[in-house]
Amino acid sequence: MSEKKGLNLTLKVWRQKGPKEAGRFETYSVSNISPDSSFLEMMDVLNEQLIVEGKDPVAFDHDCREGICGMCSLYINGHAHGPDEDVTTCQLHMRKFKDGETVTIEPWRSAGFPVIKDLIVDRSAFDKIMAAGGFISVNTGGVPDGNAIPIPKKDADEAMDAASCIGCGACVATCKNGSAMLFVAAKVSQLALLPQGRVEAARRAKSMVAKMDELGFGNCTNTGACEVECPKGISIANIARLNREFLLAKLQD
Amino acid sequence: MANIFSYSIGRKLLMSLSGLFLVMFLLVHLLVNSFLILDPLLGTAEGEMYNAGVHFMTTNPFIRIMEPILAGGFIVHIVYSIILTIQNMRARGSKTYASGNKTPDVEWSSKNMFVLGIALLSFLAIHIAQFWVKMKITGDPRLDYTVEGHNAYVLVHETFQITWVMICYVIGGIALAFHLSHGFWSAFHTVGLSNSIWIPRLQKISVVIAWIIGLGFSTIALVQYLVYPLS
Ligand code: HEM
Ligand code: SF4
Ligand code: FES
Repeated sequence: MSEKKGLNLTLKVWRQKGPKEAGRFETYSVSNISPDSSFLEMMDVLNEQLIVEGKDPVAFDHDCREGICGMCSLYINGHAHGPDEDVTTCQLHMRKFKDGETVTIEPWRSAGFPVIKDLIVDRSAFDKIMAAGGFISVNTGGVPDGNAIPIPKKDADEAMDAASCIGCGACVATCKNGSAMLFVAAKVSQLALLPQGRVEAARRAKSMVAKMDELGFGNCTNTGACEVECPKGISIANIARLNREFLLAKLQD
Repeated sequence: MANIFSYSIGRKLLMSLSGLFLVMFLLVHLLVNSFLILDPLLGTAEGEMYNAGVHFMTTNPFIRIMEPILAGGFIVHIVYSIILTIQNMRARGSKTYASGNKTPDVEWSSKNMFVLGIALLSFLAIHIAQFWVKMKITGDPRLDYTVEGHNAYVLVHETFQITWVMICYVIGGIALAFHLSHGFWSAFHTVGLSNSIWIPRLQKISVVIAWIIGLGFSTIALVQYLVYPLS
Protein backbone atom coordinates (compact mmCIF):
# COMPACT_ATOMS: atom_id res chain seq x y z
CA MET A 1 0.00 0.00 0.00
CA SER A 2 1.38 3.33 -0.99
CA GLU A 3 1.59 6.02 1.63
CA LYS A 4 -0.82 8.91 0.91
CA LYS A 5 1.03 12.17 0.56
CA GLY A 6 0.61 14.57 3.50
CA LEU A 7 -0.76 18.06 2.87
CA ASN A 8 1.16 21.26 3.42
CA LEU A 9 -1.22 24.13 4.09
CA THR A 10 -1.15 27.82 4.85
CA LEU A 11 -3.79 28.74 7.43
CA LYS A 12 -5.24 32.22 7.84
CA VAL A 13 -6.88 32.07 11.25
CA TRP A 14 -8.96 34.75 13.00
CA ARG A 15 -7.40 35.54 16.39
CA GLN A 16 -9.21 37.67 18.93
CA LYS A 17 -8.24 37.82 22.62
CA GLY A 18 -11.69 38.61 23.99
CA PRO A 19 -15.17 39.88 23.16
CA LYS A 20 -14.12 43.52 23.34
CA GLU A 21 -10.69 43.27 21.69
CA ALA A 22 -10.12 43.95 18.01
CA GLY A 23 -9.22 40.72 16.25
CA ARG A 24 -7.04 40.05 13.20
CA PHE A 25 -5.91 37.26 10.96
CA GLU A 26 -2.70 35.36 11.76
CA THR A 27 -1.00 33.19 9.19
CA TYR A 28 0.35 29.75 10.16
CA SER A 29 1.74 26.80 8.23
CA VAL A 30 1.07 23.16 8.93
CA SER A 31 2.80 20.35 7.12
CA ASN A 32 2.34 16.68 6.41
CA ILE A 33 -1.37 16.66 7.35
CA SER A 34 -2.98 13.32 6.57
CA PRO A 35 -5.78 13.61 3.97
CA ASP A 36 -7.67 11.08 6.11
CA SER A 37 -7.70 13.31 9.17
CA SER A 38 -10.58 15.56 10.06
CA PHE A 39 -10.47 19.33 9.97
CA LEU A 40 -10.46 19.53 13.76
CA GLU A 41 -7.58 17.03 13.95
CA MET A 42 -5.68 19.38 11.67
CA MET A 43 -6.53 22.19 14.12
CA ASP A 44 -5.19 19.99 16.95
CA VAL A 45 -1.92 19.61 15.05
CA LEU A 46 -1.73 23.39 14.66
CA ASN A 47 -2.41 23.93 18.35
CA GLU A 48 0.25 21.42 19.46
CA GLN A 49 2.67 23.25 17.22
CA LEU A 50 1.68 26.60 18.80
CA ILE A 51 2.03 25.23 22.32
CA VAL A 52 5.52 23.91 21.54
CA GLU A 53 6.41 27.37 20.21
CA GLY A 54 5.13 28.87 23.48
CA LYS A 55 2.20 30.61 21.78
CA ASP A 56 -1.47 30.76 22.73
CA PRO A 57 -3.37 27.89 21.03
CA VAL A 58 -6.36 28.77 18.81
CA ALA A 59 -9.65 28.55 20.72
CA PHE A 60 -12.43 26.74 18.85
CA ASP A 61 -15.62 24.96 19.92
CA HIS A 62 -15.95 21.17 19.64
CA ASP A 63 -17.31 18.28 21.63
CA CYS A 64 -18.65 15.05 20.13
CA ARG A 65 -16.55 15.19 16.96
CA GLU A 66 -19.08 12.97 15.22
CA GLY A 67 -21.62 15.46 13.91
CA ILE A 68 -24.29 15.21 16.58
CA CYS A 69 -23.66 17.83 19.25
CA GLY A 70 -23.58 21.04 17.20
CA MET A 71 -20.61 22.55 18.99
CA CYS A 72 -18.11 22.80 16.14
CA SER A 73 -18.60 25.97 14.17
CA LEU A 74 -15.91 27.11 11.78
CA TYR A 75 -16.41 29.23 8.69
CA ILE A 76 -13.92 27.84 6.20
CA ASN A 77 -13.11 29.28 2.76
CA GLY A 78 -16.48 30.98 2.30
CA HIS A 79 -18.65 28.21 3.73
CA ALA A 80 -20.06 27.50 7.18
CA HIS A 81 -18.63 24.06 8.08
CA GLY A 82 -16.33 24.23 5.05
CA PRO A 83 -16.58 23.13 1.44
CA ASP A 84 -18.22 19.69 1.85
CA GLU A 85 -22.00 19.15 1.77
CA ASP A 86 -24.18 18.02 4.68
CA VAL A 87 -21.31 17.67 7.15
CA THR A 88 -20.26 19.50 10.28
CA THR A 89 -16.74 20.90 10.66
CA CYS A 90 -15.74 17.87 12.74
CA GLN A 91 -16.86 15.55 9.93
CA LEU A 92 -15.00 17.49 7.25
CA HIS A 93 -12.06 15.55 5.84
CA MET A 94 -8.74 17.09 4.93
CA ARG A 95 -8.91 15.30 1.56
CA LYS A 96 -11.30 18.11 0.54
CA PHE A 97 -8.25 20.40 0.43
CA LYS A 98 -5.37 20.54 -2.01
CA ASP A 99 -1.71 20.47 -1.14
CA GLY A 100 -0.34 24.02 -0.92
CA GLU A 101 -3.80 25.57 -0.48
CA THR A 102 -4.43 28.62 1.70
CA VAL A 103 -7.31 27.94 4.09
CA THR A 104 -9.14 30.87 5.68
CA ILE A 105 -10.75 30.04 9.03
CA GLU A 106 -13.21 32.49 10.60
CA PRO A 107 -15.74 32.46 13.41
CA TRP A 108 -19.51 32.56 12.72
CA ARG A 109 -20.31 36.18 11.99
CA SER A 110 -23.64 37.76 12.92
CA ALA A 111 -24.86 40.27 15.46
CA GLY A 112 -26.68 37.46 17.29
CA PHE A 113 -23.44 35.49 17.80
CA PRO A 114 -20.74 37.76 19.27
CA VAL A 115 -17.18 36.43 19.31
CA ILE A 116 -15.97 35.26 22.73
CA LYS A 117 -12.43 34.31 21.78
CA ASP A 118 -10.71 33.46 18.47
CA LEU A 119 -13.13 31.15 16.66
CA ILE A 120 -15.59 30.67 19.53
CA VAL A 121 -18.85 32.61 19.37
CA ASP A 122 -21.56 32.99 21.98
CA ARG A 123 -24.55 30.94 20.81
CA SER A 124 -26.49 31.15 24.06
CA ALA A 125 -29.14 33.06 22.08
CA PHE A 126 -30.25 29.66 20.72
CA ASP A 127 -30.65 28.33 24.28
CA LYS A 128 -32.78 31.36 25.15
CA ILE A 129 -34.99 30.71 22.11
CA MET A 130 -35.37 27.07 23.18
CA ALA A 131 -36.20 28.09 26.74
CA ALA A 132 -38.92 30.38 25.36
CA GLY A 133 -40.95 27.46 24.03
CA GLY A 134 -38.93 24.64 22.46
CA PHE A 135 -40.30 21.97 24.80
CA ILE A 136 -43.46 20.09 25.77
CA SER A 137 -44.88 20.06 29.27
CA VAL A 138 -45.81 16.62 30.65
CA ASN A 139 -46.85 15.34 34.04
CA THR A 140 -44.36 13.14 35.81
CA GLY A 141 -45.47 9.56 36.48
CA GLY A 142 -45.45 6.35 34.51
CA VAL A 143 -43.82 6.42 31.09
CA PRO A 144 -46.64 6.41 28.50
CA ASP A 145 -46.60 3.72 25.80
CA GLY A 146 -44.78 5.16 22.81
CA ASN A 147 -47.28 3.64 20.39
CA ALA A 148 -50.43 4.67 22.27
CA ILE A 149 -51.09 7.52 19.83
CA PRO A 150 -50.80 6.46 16.18
CA ILE A 151 -48.81 8.97 14.11
CA PRO A 152 -48.80 8.97 10.29
CA LYS A 153 -45.45 7.81 8.90
CA LYS A 154 -45.06 11.03 6.90
CA ASP A 155 -45.48 13.21 10.01
CA ALA A 156 -43.14 11.04 12.04
CA ASP A 157 -40.49 11.24 9.29
CA GLU A 158 -40.81 14.99 8.88
CA ALA A 159 -40.67 15.54 12.64
CA MET A 160 -37.57 13.34 12.81
CA ASP A 161 -35.93 15.27 9.96
CA ALA A 162 -36.65 18.57 11.73
CA ALA A 163 -35.36 17.14 15.01
CA SER A 164 -32.03 16.34 13.40
CA CYS A 165 -31.14 20.05 13.68
CA ILE A 166 -28.19 20.18 16.07
CA GLY A 167 -28.41 23.90 16.79
CA CYS A 168 -25.00 24.67 15.35
CA GLY A 169 -25.96 28.07 13.95
CA ALA A 170 -24.50 27.59 10.45
CA CYS A 171 -27.83 28.90 9.09
CA VAL A 172 -27.43 32.21 10.93
CA ALA A 173 -23.75 32.40 9.99
CA THR A 174 -24.63 31.96 6.31
CA CYS A 175 -27.79 34.07 6.05
CA LYS A 176 -27.34 37.51 4.50
CA ASN A 177 -29.98 38.73 6.96
CA GLY A 178 -28.48 37.04 10.04
CA SER A 179 -31.82 35.29 10.41
CA ALA A 180 -32.36 32.34 12.74
CA MET A 181 -35.53 31.21 10.96
CA LEU A 182 -34.21 27.81 9.83
CA PHE A 183 -33.22 26.86 13.36
CA VAL A 184 -36.46 28.14 14.92
CA ALA A 185 -38.49 26.52 12.12
CA ALA A 186 -36.82 23.15 12.77
CA LYS A 187 -37.39 23.41 16.51
CA VAL A 188 -41.03 24.44 16.10
CA SER A 189 -41.66 21.79 13.45
CA GLN A 190 -40.18 18.85 15.36
CA LEU A 191 -42.93 19.37 17.95
CA ALA A 192 -45.73 20.89 15.85
CA LEU A 193 -45.89 17.76 13.69
CA LEU A 194 -46.60 15.45 16.63
CA PRO A 195 -49.79 15.20 18.73
CA GLN A 196 -47.85 15.70 21.96
CA GLY A 197 -46.50 18.96 20.59
CA ARG A 198 -49.86 20.29 19.36
CA VAL A 199 -51.05 21.08 22.89
CA GLU A 200 -48.70 24.05 23.25
CA ALA A 201 -48.14 24.70 19.53
CA ALA A 202 -49.69 28.18 19.31
CA ARG A 203 -47.94 29.54 22.39
CA ARG A 204 -44.66 27.95 21.31
CA ALA A 205 -44.63 29.51 17.83
CA LYS A 206 -45.38 32.96 19.20
CA SER A 207 -42.89 32.94 22.05
CA MET A 208 -40.02 31.42 20.09
CA VAL A 209 -40.47 33.95 17.27
CA ALA A 210 -40.74 36.79 19.80
CA LYS A 211 -37.51 35.67 21.48
CA MET A 212 -35.73 35.29 18.15
CA ASP A 213 -36.72 38.87 17.22
CA GLU A 214 -35.80 40.23 20.64
CA LEU A 215 -32.30 38.73 20.42
CA GLY A 216 -31.62 40.67 17.22
CA PHE A 217 -31.82 38.00 14.51
CA GLY A 218 -32.95 39.26 11.10
CA ASN A 219 -36.11 38.89 9.03
CA CYS A 220 -36.13 35.92 6.64
CA THR A 221 -36.32 36.80 2.93
CA ASN A 222 -36.36 33.21 1.70
CA THR A 223 -32.99 33.20 -0.05
CA GLY A 224 -32.56 29.54 0.91
CA ALA A 225 -28.81 29.89 1.57
CA CYS A 226 -29.34 28.39 5.05
CA GLU A 227 -30.59 25.03 3.81
CA VAL A 228 -27.64 24.74 1.42
CA GLU A 229 -25.05 25.16 4.19
CA CYS A 230 -27.01 23.34 6.94
CA PRO A 231 -25.01 20.22 7.89
CA LYS A 232 -28.26 18.35 8.52
CA GLY A 233 -30.03 19.37 5.31
CA ILE A 234 -32.93 20.97 7.20
CA SER A 235 -35.39 22.11 4.50
CA ILE A 236 -36.82 25.61 4.21
CA ALA A 237 -40.21 23.86 3.95
CA ASN A 238 -39.97 24.04 7.74
CA ILE A 239 -39.87 27.84 7.47
CA ALA A 240 -43.15 27.80 5.54
CA ARG A 241 -44.56 25.63 8.35
CA LEU A 242 -43.30 28.06 11.01
CA ASN A 243 -44.90 30.98 9.13
CA ARG A 244 -48.17 29.02 8.99
CA GLU A 245 -48.01 28.05 12.68
CA PHE A 246 -47.20 31.59 13.74
CA LEU A 247 -49.80 33.36 11.59
CA LEU A 248 -52.59 30.93 12.56
CA ALA A 249 -51.67 31.28 16.23
CA LYS A 250 -51.66 35.05 15.96
CA LEU A 251 -55.04 35.10 14.19
CA GLN A 252 -56.57 33.37 17.21
CA ASP A 253 -55.45 36.06 19.66
CA MET B 1 -53.60 39.94 16.97
CA ALA B 2 -53.17 43.72 17.14
CA ASN B 3 -49.41 43.57 17.69
CA ILE B 4 -48.78 41.08 14.87
CA PHE B 5 -46.67 43.63 12.97
CA SER B 6 -44.21 43.90 15.83
CA TYR B 7 -43.08 40.35 14.99
CA SER B 8 -40.68 39.62 12.13
CA ILE B 9 -43.17 37.23 10.51
CA GLY B 10 -45.92 39.86 10.83
CA ARG B 11 -43.76 42.42 9.03
CA LYS B 12 -43.01 39.87 6.35
CA LEU B 13 -46.75 39.26 6.02
CA LEU B 14 -47.20 42.92 5.09
CA MET B 15 -44.38 42.65 2.53
CA SER B 16 -45.90 39.60 0.91
CA LEU B 17 -49.53 40.77 0.87
CA SER B 18 -48.59 44.22 -0.46
CA GLY B 19 -46.30 42.55 -3.03
CA LEU B 20 -49.03 40.19 -4.23
CA PHE B 21 -51.47 43.09 -4.41
CA LEU B 22 -49.00 44.98 -6.61
CA VAL B 23 -48.71 41.90 -8.83
CA MET B 24 -52.51 41.88 -9.29
CA PHE B 25 -52.36 45.54 -10.28
CA LEU B 26 -49.56 44.86 -12.75
CA LEU B 27 -51.59 42.12 -14.43
CA VAL B 28 -54.51 44.51 -15.02
CA HIS B 29 -52.11 47.23 -16.15
CA LEU B 30 -50.43 44.84 -18.58
CA LEU B 31 -53.80 43.80 -20.01
CA VAL B 32 -54.71 47.41 -20.87
CA ASN B 33 -51.21 48.13 -22.18
CA SER B 34 -51.34 45.11 -24.45
CA PHE B 35 -53.68 47.20 -26.66
CA LEU B 36 -50.58 49.29 -27.39
CA ILE B 37 -49.33 46.29 -29.35
CA LEU B 38 -52.71 45.24 -30.72
CA ASP B 39 -53.57 48.70 -32.04
CA PRO B 40 -50.60 49.01 -34.41
CA LEU B 41 -50.83 45.28 -35.29
CA LEU B 42 -54.49 45.44 -36.24
CA GLY B 43 -54.05 48.88 -37.78
CA THR B 44 -56.72 50.38 -35.53
CA ALA B 45 -56.58 54.08 -36.32
CA GLU B 46 -54.79 56.21 -33.76
CA GLY B 47 -54.99 53.70 -30.93
CA GLU B 48 -58.74 53.23 -30.72
CA MET B 49 -58.58 50.12 -28.55
CA TYR B 50 -56.02 51.56 -26.19
CA ASN B 51 -57.97 54.78 -25.74
CA ALA B 52 -61.13 52.81 -25.07
CA GLY B 53 -59.21 50.85 -22.43
CA VAL B 54 -57.88 54.03 -20.82
CA HIS B 55 -61.34 55.55 -20.90
CA PHE B 56 -62.77 52.51 -19.15
CA MET B 57 -60.04 52.53 -16.50
CA THR B 58 -60.29 56.25 -15.76
CA THR B 59 -64.09 56.35 -15.48
CA ASN B 60 -64.79 52.98 -13.80
CA PRO B 61 -65.77 53.68 -10.16
CA PHE B 62 -64.12 50.48 -8.90
CA ILE B 63 -60.79 51.47 -10.42
CA ARG B 64 -61.14 54.98 -9.01
CA ILE B 65 -61.62 53.56 -5.52
CA MET B 66 -58.61 51.30 -6.05
CA GLU B 67 -56.28 54.16 -6.96
CA PRO B 68 -55.57 55.42 -3.40
CA ILE B 69 -55.48 51.81 -2.18
CA LEU B 70 -52.86 51.08 -4.81
CA ALA B 71 -50.79 54.04 -3.66
CA GLY B 72 -51.15 52.70 -0.11
CA GLY B 73 -49.95 49.27 -1.29
CA PHE B 74 -46.82 50.82 -2.78
CA ILE B 75 -46.18 52.85 0.37
CA VAL B 76 -46.55 49.84 2.70
CA HIS B 77 -44.33 47.72 0.47
CA ILE B 78 -41.63 50.37 0.20
CA VAL B 79 -41.71 51.50 3.86
CA TYR B 80 -41.53 47.91 5.13
CA SER B 81 -38.82 46.99 2.64
CA ILE B 82 -36.72 49.79 4.15
CA ILE B 83 -37.47 48.75 7.75
CA LEU B 84 -36.73 45.08 7.05
CA THR B 85 -33.56 45.85 5.12
CA ILE B 86 -32.17 48.07 7.91
CA GLN B 87 -32.99 45.45 10.56
CA ASN B 88 -31.38 42.76 8.44
CA MET B 89 -28.21 44.74 7.92
CA ARG B 90 -28.00 45.23 11.68
CA ALA B 91 -28.56 41.54 12.34
CA ARG B 92 -25.83 40.62 9.85
CA GLY B 93 -23.39 42.71 11.88
CA SER B 94 -20.53 44.92 10.82
CA LYS B 95 -17.90 42.20 10.33
CA THR B 96 -17.89 40.58 6.93
CA TYR B 97 -16.27 37.28 5.99
CA ALA B 98 -12.76 37.66 4.62
CA SER B 99 -13.30 34.48 2.60
CA GLY B 100 -16.62 35.79 1.24
CA ASN B 101 -19.85 33.89 0.99
CA LYS B 102 -19.59 31.07 -1.52
CA THR B 103 -22.91 29.31 -0.88
CA PRO B 104 -23.89 27.81 -4.24
CA ASP B 105 -27.36 27.70 -5.82
CA VAL B 106 -28.75 30.85 -4.23
CA GLU B 107 -30.99 32.84 -6.59
CA TRP B 108 -29.31 36.11 -7.54
CA SER B 109 -32.60 38.00 -7.29
CA SER B 110 -33.22 36.80 -3.76
CA LYS B 111 -30.02 38.48 -2.61
CA ASN B 112 -30.75 41.72 -4.44
CA MET B 113 -34.43 42.40 -3.79
CA PHE B 114 -33.81 45.81 -2.27
CA VAL B 115 -31.53 46.97 -5.08
CA LEU B 116 -34.05 45.72 -7.64
CA GLY B 117 -36.75 47.53 -5.65
CA ILE B 118 -34.82 50.80 -5.82
CA ALA B 119 -34.48 50.34 -9.60
CA LEU B 120 -38.25 49.81 -9.77
CA LEU B 121 -38.86 52.88 -7.64
CA SER B 122 -36.71 55.07 -9.93
CA PHE B 123 -38.57 53.69 -12.89
CA LEU B 124 -41.87 54.38 -11.16
CA ALA B 125 -40.91 58.02 -10.60
CA ILE B 126 -40.14 58.51 -14.31
CA HIS B 127 -43.27 56.64 -15.31
CA ILE B 128 -45.57 58.65 -13.04
CA ALA B 129 -44.02 61.96 -14.13
CA GLN B 130 -44.42 61.10 -17.80
CA PHE B 131 -47.97 59.81 -17.85
CA TRP B 132 -49.93 59.99 -14.61
CA VAL B 133 -48.97 63.61 -13.85
CA LYS B 134 -49.69 64.71 -17.43
CA MET B 135 -52.99 62.86 -17.67
CA LYS B 136 -54.32 63.72 -14.22
CA ILE B 137 -52.79 66.98 -13.13
CA THR B 138 -50.96 69.20 -15.59
CA GLY B 139 -52.60 68.09 -18.82
CA ASP B 140 -50.66 67.97 -22.09
CA PRO B 141 -51.24 69.47 -25.53
CA ARG B 142 -50.94 65.99 -27.04
CA LEU B 143 -53.98 64.82 -25.09
CA ASP B 144 -56.93 65.56 -27.38
CA TYR B 145 -59.79 66.02 -24.96
CA THR B 146 -62.43 65.64 -27.65
CA VAL B 147 -61.57 61.97 -27.92
CA GLU B 148 -62.85 59.49 -25.33
CA GLY B 149 -59.87 58.52 -23.20
CA HIS B 150 -58.15 61.84 -23.98
CA ASN B 151 -56.27 60.27 -26.84
CA ALA B 152 -53.74 58.96 -24.37
CA TYR B 153 -52.38 56.90 -27.26
CA VAL B 154 -50.72 59.94 -28.88
CA LEU B 155 -49.00 60.93 -25.62
CA VAL B 156 -47.82 57.38 -24.99
CA HIS B 157 -46.72 56.80 -28.55
CA GLU B 158 -44.76 60.03 -28.78
CA THR B 159 -43.14 59.54 -25.39
CA PHE B 160 -41.94 56.11 -26.51
CA GLN B 161 -40.27 57.64 -29.58
CA ILE B 162 -37.58 59.01 -27.25
CA THR B 163 -34.76 56.46 -27.20
CA TRP B 164 -33.75 56.82 -23.55
CA VAL B 165 -37.37 56.45 -22.47
CA MET B 166 -37.69 53.21 -24.41
CA ILE B 167 -34.43 51.93 -22.88
CA CYS B 168 -35.68 52.83 -19.36
CA TYR B 169 -38.83 50.83 -19.95
CA VAL B 170 -37.00 47.81 -21.30
CA ILE B 171 -34.63 47.83 -18.31
CA GLY B 172 -37.53 48.50 -15.92
CA GLY B 173 -39.35 45.43 -17.29
CA ILE B 174 -36.28 43.26 -16.84
CA ALA B 175 -35.71 44.52 -13.27
CA LEU B 176 -39.35 43.73 -12.54
CA ALA B 177 -38.93 40.22 -13.92
CA PHE B 178 -35.97 39.60 -11.61
CA HIS B 179 -37.79 41.10 -8.60
CA LEU B 180 -40.81 38.92 -9.17
CA SER B 181 -38.98 35.72 -10.10
CA HIS B 182 -38.04 35.58 -6.42
CA GLY B 183 -40.79 37.74 -4.94
CA PHE B 184 -43.77 35.80 -6.23
CA TRP B 185 -42.90 32.41 -4.74
CA SER B 186 -41.36 34.05 -1.69
CA ALA B 187 -44.68 35.75 -0.93
CA PHE B 188 -46.47 32.38 -0.86
CA HIS B 189 -43.74 30.94 1.33
CA THR B 190 -44.06 33.86 3.74
CA VAL B 191 -47.80 33.38 4.25
CA GLY B 192 -47.14 29.68 4.81
CA LEU B 193 -48.76 28.46 1.58
CA SER B 194 -45.87 26.24 0.60
CA ASN B 195 -44.29 22.91 1.47
CA SER B 196 -41.62 20.57 0.13
CA ILE B 197 -43.83 19.58 -2.83
CA TRP B 198 -44.93 23.11 -3.67
CA ILE B 199 -41.60 24.97 -3.25
CA PRO B 200 -40.21 23.77 -6.61
CA ARG B 201 -43.62 24.21 -8.29
CA LEU B 202 -44.09 27.74 -6.97
CA GLN B 203 -40.54 28.62 -7.99
CA LYS B 204 -41.25 27.56 -11.58
CA ILE B 205 -44.62 29.36 -11.66
CA SER B 206 -42.86 32.41 -10.22
CA VAL B 207 -40.26 32.53 -13.00
CA VAL B 208 -42.94 32.14 -15.71
CA ILE B 209 -45.21 34.86 -14.28
CA ALA B 210 -42.28 37.19 -13.60
CA TRP B 211 -40.95 37.04 -17.15
CA ILE B 212 -44.40 37.25 -18.76
CA ILE B 213 -45.09 40.47 -16.82
CA GLY B 214 -41.57 41.91 -17.09
CA LEU B 215 -40.93 41.14 -20.76
CA GLY B 216 -44.55 42.08 -21.50
CA PHE B 217 -43.91 45.67 -20.45
CA SER B 218 -40.48 45.72 -22.15
CA THR B 219 -41.93 44.43 -25.42
CA ILE B 220 -44.71 47.02 -25.44
CA ALA B 221 -42.19 49.84 -25.10
CA LEU B 222 -40.05 48.33 -27.84
CA VAL B 223 -42.97 47.81 -30.25
CA GLN B 224 -44.16 51.37 -29.70
CA TYR B 225 -40.64 52.65 -30.37
CA LEU B 226 -40.35 50.71 -33.60
CA VAL B 227 -43.84 51.51 -34.90
CA TYR B 228 -44.07 54.27 -37.50
CA PRO B 229 -44.60 57.72 -36.11
CA LEU B 230 -48.24 58.71 -36.37
CA SER B 231 -49.08 60.68 -39.48
C1 HEM C 1 -44.18 47.00 -9.18
C2 HEM C 1 -43.67 47.00 -8.09
C3 HEM C 1 -43.38 45.85 -7.14
C4 HEM C 1 -43.92 44.58 -7.06
C5 HEM C 1 -44.98 43.97 -7.94
C6 HEM C 1 -43.26 43.90 -5.96
C7 HEM C 1 -43.52 42.61 -5.56
C8 HEM C 1 -42.89 41.97 -4.50
C9 HEM C 1 -43.22 40.68 -3.98
C10 HEM C 1 -44.32 39.77 -4.48
C11 HEM C 1 -42.36 40.42 -2.94
C12 HEM C 1 -42.29 39.17 -2.11
C13 HEM C 1 -42.75 39.35 -0.69
C14 HEM C 1 -42.28 38.23 0.23
O1 HEM C 1 -41.22 37.68 0.05
O2 HEM C 1 -42.98 37.92 1.19
C15 HEM C 1 -41.50 41.55 -2.82
C16 HEM C 1 -40.47 41.65 -1.90
C17 HEM C 1 -39.66 42.74 -1.73
N1 HEM C 1 -39.74 43.92 -2.43
FE1 HEM C 1 -41.04 44.34 -3.90
N2 HEM C 1 -42.35 44.76 -5.41
C18 HEM C 1 -42.41 45.96 -6.10
C19 HEM C 1 -41.69 47.12 -5.86
C20 HEM C 1 -40.74 47.24 -4.87
C21 HEM C 1 -40.07 48.47 -4.51
C22 HEM C 1 -40.34 49.80 -5.17
C23 HEM C 1 -39.18 48.15 -3.51
C24 HEM C 1 -38.20 48.99 -2.73
C25 HEM C 1 -37.87 50.20 -2.87
C26 HEM C 1 -39.29 46.74 -3.24
C27 HEM C 1 -38.53 46.06 -2.33
C28 HEM C 1 -38.75 44.75 -1.94
C29 HEM C 1 -38.00 44.07 -0.92
C30 HEM C 1 -36.80 44.61 -0.13
C31 HEM C 1 -38.57 42.80 -0.79
C32 HEM C 1 -38.17 41.76 0.24
C33 HEM C 1 -37.50 40.61 -0.30
C34 HEM C 1 -38.10 39.33 0.23
O3 HEM C 1 -38.67 39.32 1.33
O4 HEM C 1 -38.02 38.33 -0.45
N3 HEM C 1 -40.25 46.21 -4.07
N4 HEM C 1 -41.83 42.49 -3.77
S1 SF4 D 1 -30.96 24.37 10.97
FE1 SF4 D 1 -29.07 23.35 10.31
S2 SF4 D 1 -27.57 25.01 10.22
FE2 SF4 D 1 -29.27 25.77 11.47
S3 SF4 D 1 -28.75 25.27 13.58
FE3 SF4 D 1 -29.96 23.53 12.82
S4 SF4 D 1 -28.43 22.08 12.03
FE4 SF4 D 1 -27.35 24.03 12.27
S1 FES E 1 -18.10 18.52 17.45
FE1 FES E 1 -20.14 17.79 17.77
S2 FES E 1 -21.03 18.24 15.85
FE2 FES E 1 -18.97 18.74 15.48
